[in-house]
Amino acid sequence: MSMRDHATPHSARKSFSPGAVLGRLWGLTGHSPAWPLFIILVVFFAFQSPIFLNPYNINIILSQTVLVGLLAIGLTPLTISGNIDFSVGAIAALGTCLAVVLHGAVGFVPAILSTLAACMAVGVLNGLIVEKLGLPSIIVTIAMGSALSGATFIIFGPSTRIAPDSSFLDLGYLKFGGLNFSVYLFLALAIALGLMLRFTVHGVHTYAVGGNRQAARDAGVDVEAHVIGNFALSGFMAGVCGLLLVTQLGAGSPTFANDYELWAVIAVVLGGTRLAGGAGTIIGTVLAACSLTILRNGMNLMQIDVRYFLIILGLSLIIALILDRLRTGEPDVAE
Amino acid sequence: MLSRARDLFWRYPVIALLLVLLCSTAIITPAILSVGNIILVLRQFSALGIIAIGVTFVVLCGRLDVSVGSLASLAVVVTIVLHDTTGPVIAMLAAIATVLLVGAINGYLIAYLRLSSLVTTLGMFAALQGVANVIAIYGKQFVEAPEQSILSFIGRGYILFLPVPVWLFIIIAGGSAWVMARTNFGRALRAVGGSEKASIYASINAKAIVFWSFMISAFCAGLGGLIIASRTMSAQADSAAGMEILALSAIFLGGTSLGGGVGGMGRTVIGVFVLASVSNTLILIGTPSQAQWLASGVIIIIAVWLDSISRKRSLRA
Repeated sequence: MSMRDHATPHSARKSFSPGAVLGRLWGLTGHSPAWPLFIILVVFFAFQSPIFLNPYNINIILSQTVLVGLLAIGLTPLTISGNIDFSVGAIAALGTCLAVVLHGAVGFVPAILSTLAACMAVGVLNGLIVEKLGLPSIIVTIAMGSALSGATFIIFGPSTRIAPDSSFLDLGYLKFGGLNFSVYLFLALAIALGLMLRFTVHGVHTYAVGGNRQAARDAGVDVEAHVIGNFALSGFMAGVCGLLLVTQLGAGSPTFANDYELWAVIAVVLGGTRLAGGAGTIIGTVLAACSLTILRNGMNLMQIDVRYFLIILGLSLIIALILDRLRTGEPDVAE
Repeated sequence: MLSRARDLFWRYPVIALLLVLLCSTAIITPAILSVGNIILVLRQFSALGIIAIGVTFVVLCGRLDVSVGSLASLAVVVTIVLHDTTGPVIAMLAAIATVLLVGAINGYLIAYLRLSSLVTTLGMFAALQGVANVIAIYGKQFVEAPEQSILSFIGRGYILFLPVPVWLFIIIAGGSAWVMARTNFGRALRAVGGSEKASIYASINAKAIVFWSFMISAFCAGLGGLIIASRTMSAQADSAAGMEILALSAIFLGGTSLGGGVGGMGRTVIGVFVLASVSNTLILIGTPSQAQWLASGVIIIIAVWLDSISRKRSLRA
């Protein structure tokens, strides 16, 4: 829904040709490639497999989306503000170990709270290093991911630690109306983040900082505070992802959530968020994360070898980029 | 005298870091400086070194390539799977042809369609890992008589007391340094990385330069894959997993900057040496292997920080 759509005289007479209607629908989606991908995948697999739209299967798809989905929606505001976080997988792994060990030491609720606080603290540390030392976030967070994995291994040992009782697992088995507890938590957090981006000062400034950092600074926006805040948010969501992993597996290990960050970044990009910053939506990220799970789930139902999943995923990401480029035309400078 | 030493430190902070590291480990474990150990470490890190040199071309012209790990794994799988049916030479040529094809696709998408290099190569990373997985499952997973194959020479052979991979690393690194310093291609590459627009106004064919940087990166990944294939002689689809992160770590450690234009091949070689000496030291003093991740993560952040300070100092001077 750009200015141009309203400014041109043609749009005064509304055209109802199929192309124009499709174009307006596309505008409503915020130009996220995840919408057509999501719709095509749902329709395709619904025709291919009779049990695809079964409520039981829908719950499976959503619960499988939750883990990477949480990392991805946590990354979205940060990416919109022009940064990236490759350490979220390592933060989530730290979260699983902390939750299990602290559960035995200080009890259930304090363990959850202190795990979230610790994960958020790592995010703040990332933000401080990036903003106060002025280093590129991609380098800092790759290094932080490596350092954090190493530290988690040294502190907690390489073996898997089992939770002292079933409190976490009970939470994982909790169901309301056919959907897992984790699905509600994910949707609630996604809606909260979506509203934050749209209606709060922090959200608006996040877009401003990513769109043009210098202009935002000149306009009096506290650029550093907003970016550090988004790093904290990304760390927090990684912590929630770690906790939900424990509710699903009843254990913690430094090897959990390994390479989740790549899937999360892929979901963010497929969802239409620009890596350079300034544009993106939570709903796009959620749909993209769901699309990734649907692809895997649908291929399972059709009994296609899961090994082809990676190939299809990689190629669909590249095709989404090519389609996006064909739509927008060549930029002056490379992204 | 003191101020000259300070200037020298700020000009090459990572070399100072490397010297401090080496001196302190030489005191703790003198074994690290034995010739045998150094040659072993060099051989172990030469595949990474070659891959990192290739990616340096891409980073110098302002792009990123995170597909090299999967690409090297794919080269390993192609070589081993074809080895017994076609013979080693054809298998190696097929692996190199495969990586060059991937390099051409990467280069076309990023240079000519102007896609974001990080996301494109991220997609390629996933797709190539998938291809390698599929080929490794359906193909032959090992080589019947590894010692008799000419492939074993690449990773296990010796020329003049030095392992062949080390010679390959020296040739690739030296050749790349020569290309960057003495050829028009090298100067154009640096110009494109410095400012793409300015380079186009200077009638440099920026798109072709970017394209060829991805071809070189893919070729080096393939060569690294051949060395790994020769050393393991088995079609593991995750042979070179994580190589892209290590290569980028070496490049950033050396002080080649993410934006392009600044840095060079010598710096990447130093970065590889720092990673190698950290890992070797930690192994020799008997820490768990994961301690390397912690150490290299912390060192990368410190090195990049020192480098950014040194750049600010040089701007002021």
